[in-house]
Amino acid sequence: MAQPEIGKKTNTKVEDQSSLKGTLASVFLLGFFLIITWVGVYFLFLDRF
Amino acid sequence: MKSVNTIVDRRDGKLVMAHFYVAFIALAIGGLAGLLQTLVRSGKFELPSWTGYYQILTIHGVVLGLVLTTFFIMGFQLALVSKTSGTLTAKQRKTGWIGFWTMTVGTVMAAVMILMNEASVLYTFYAPLQAHALFYIGLTLVVVGSWIDGAALIMAYASWRKANPGKPSPLLTFMAMVNTLMWIVATIGVAATVLFQLLPWSLGLVERVDVLVSRTLFWYFGHPLVYFWLLPAYMAWYAIVPKIIGGKIFSDSLARMSFILFLLFSIPVGFHHQLTEPGIDPAWKFLQVVLTFLVVIPSLMTAFSLFATFEMYGRSKGATGLFGWLKKLPWGDARFVVPFIGMLAFIPAGAGGLVNASHQLNQVVHNTIWVTGHFHLTLATSVVLTFFGISYWLVPHLTGRVLTKAMNKLAIIQGVVWAIGMTFMSGAMHAAGLLGAPRRSSFSTYGGSEQAMEWIPYQVAQAVGGSILFLGIILMLYIFINLAFFAPKGEEEFPVGEVSDAAEKTPMVFENWKLWIGITVLLILFAYTIPFIDMIENAPIGSKGYKFF
Amino acid sequence: MHIHKFEKIWLIFGITTLLVFLTVVGVSAFYMGNQPPSCLATINPEKVDTTAPFDEPGLKKVEGKEWDYELIFVASAFAYNPGQVEVPKGAKVKVIATTKDVIHGFEVAGTNINMMLEPGYISEFVTTFDKAGEYLIVCNEYCGVGHHMMSSKIEVVE
Ligand code: HEM
Ligand SMILES: [Cu+2]
Ligand SMILES: [Cu+2]
Repeated sequence: MAQPEIGKKTNTKVEDQSSLKGTLASVFLLGFFLIITWVGVYFLFLDRF
Repeated sequence: MKSVNTIVDRRDGKLVMAHFYVAFIALAIGGLAGLLQTLVRSGKFELPSWTGYYQILTIHGVVLGLVLTTFFIMGFQLALVSKTSGTLTAKQRKTGWIGFWTMTVGTVMAAVMILMNEASVLYTFYAPLQAHALFYIGLTLVVVGSWIDGAALIMAYASWRKANPGKPSPLLTFMAMVNTLMWIVATIGVAATVLFQLLPWSLGLVERVDVLVSRTLFWYFGHPLVYFWLLPAYMAWYAIVPKIIGGKIFSDSLARMSFILFLLFSIPVGFHHQLTEPGIDPAWKFLQVVLTFLVVIPSLMTAFSLFATFEMYGRSKGATGLFGWLKKLPWGDARFVVPFIGMLAFIPAGAGGLVNASHQLNQVVHNTIWVTGHFHLTLATSVVLTFFGISYWLVPHLTGRVLTKAMNKLAIIQGVVWAIGMTFMSGAMHAAGLLGAPRRSSFSTYGGSEQAMEWIPYQVAQAVGGSILFLGIILMLYIFINLAFFAPKGEEEFPVGEVSDAAEKTPMVFENWKLWIGITVLLILFAYTIPFIDMIENAPIGSKGYKFF
Repeated sequence: MHIHKFEKIWLIFGITTLLVFLTVVGVSAFYMGNQPPSCLATINPEKVDTTAPFDEPGLKKVEGKEWDYELIFVASAFAYNPGQVEVPKGAKVKVIATTKDVIHGFEVAGTNINMMLEPGYISEFVTTFDKAGEYLIVCNEYCGVGHHMMSSKIEVVE
């Protein structure tokens, strides 16, 4: 009985991890948007007197 | 959880609806004012001679920024507590009614003064522009009334804790408590400047007012004000939307932690609204900039939690691939779609906010129309669309009616119309702001200046967006009236999210209010004491009042 | 409290980004002198016209300072004095301004010169006018019915 249980456990763990990969991708897209906006205005600041 | 109500008690429902009536009347009046502003600013339309741009703008700011928000939020929080912690006692309900009437009387007083053109000082009422004393008294009553409403919430929370010793309070009650406590700590600032500075000065009891101290007290309040608007939307995003889509709350503990972080860090940051002003040492400004950046962290956590909730739900329905879960979301349900548009709007809103708060970068955008574009994303889209999304189920729930299929469809259209209108208006505001176009300004060619001419096409785009938005407001009002008075009788669900089974027990430390309020006060003292003493010690002679309107 | 691994990655990334932003503006402000306008000097707002340097608004050449010129502005409802001024291109200028009545804004559109003018306080900003052209000065803080008529002009000439 022990064998399949271990197998099950690792299995759910793998699923649990991979199952939030869309979330990770989404927040990183969000993060890049924040960076692009900020850097854009920062360069405007540098360009102006 | 024996005290959870399936249906909010009718008597509590009436109290909540009273708040909502005022809020939606405010939406009607303020929306009309907003439309007029964009039309005037396009240069193609002139107001009749008995009113003026700044009178209209004062109405818009006061009625939408202060009245709609405060009434809706207080009503919503009362509903949350009544639903999740049990029906209010007679005493609590009576306290709620006293709060409601105090706020309403105050609103009417302020409104009369604005209509008489005795208070065209905009919703920020910066001295030394001086409004009629009744305007300040009216605003004071709105704040005091909100404290009384808050007292009703705190009493209800206390009775729940007493009846359930050793247990963490229901998540939505907890969140309403955090927001109420933050509001009370924050409003002390605005109450102080109004009661001790502006009111005696407008009554002629004192001749002069310290302008910088007044502004500092105002902005001590002004930033937590925006979080007071935002947190009820977060409550819906964290704890209600998951139920609507059929999923689970990602993590109860993380949700509570992010709310506590908001309590701690939303107040000691008011200087980020005063970055370009004299009389404040830049090192203290920078310190508050750092604290401002800390309050970004709970929003980063929120973003993750929301995406995770959606993805977990989608995958439980068999979604595959990186973004397959998006397709599984209930795109036909207005209770989800409308707040979801609000969430999306928070992405550009947050990006703009980071720019605003970045110390010297503020010089690029300060008091340009970019700022107006920014808070029409945060407040007038993220927050307001979430409030609309809440109304679509809460109003029929409270009035014993249902959201019909037809109304649900109209509600989705409403959300989409808003998104389109705001893309035009806010987008054009951001762009014109980067070119230097000032905010809070009627149409002007500035003597035919070439730069000012470049701004005009953007102002026309704002008027296009404003007109579309006004259509969205009419749709919203139509749906509200339907749900309040005409929709078929029935039982509309009050969705309250459940925590996913995997999440662990909620630590009790979150309910330790002495601890959290203690840290909040320490942070405020740390960020404000020295610059505030400097301000008073080095104060110039005060200002007499001016009525330039 | 358990935090998902991906959430940890996200928070580390997000917080690092915030730290980078703060470091960039912090170094620029404290080591390169790009602080936002934060002058601490005060003045009697009712005696502005008789207080130096505001008794003589306009551009003045100065010697022995870190900047070559001082550009003095007096704001009052609803005008700036001077109403127009020429600045030679490349000049390092300290802009010095104050108000005689209510709060006004002082924004030179299309530049980083953007400061609040508050009664009783002097506002200053040092910059090098290194691009020729005509720049509109607008009041960007509501000051009354004539707020949108309140403007001035700087011409940066070769
Ligand atoms: C029909 C929809 C709306 C339109 C067309 C509109 C338009 C405008 C415009 C053009 C301004 C700025 C004018 C200026 O700076 O000269 C403004 C300011 C403002 N709006 Fe709106 N708006 C709308 C909805 C809302 C909503 C729903 C809220 C809040 C719940 C809101 C809150 C504000 C606030 C607080 C101000 C600032 C007023 C001030 O600067 O004194 N607006 N709006
Ligand atoms: Cu703020
Ligand atoms: Cu002005």
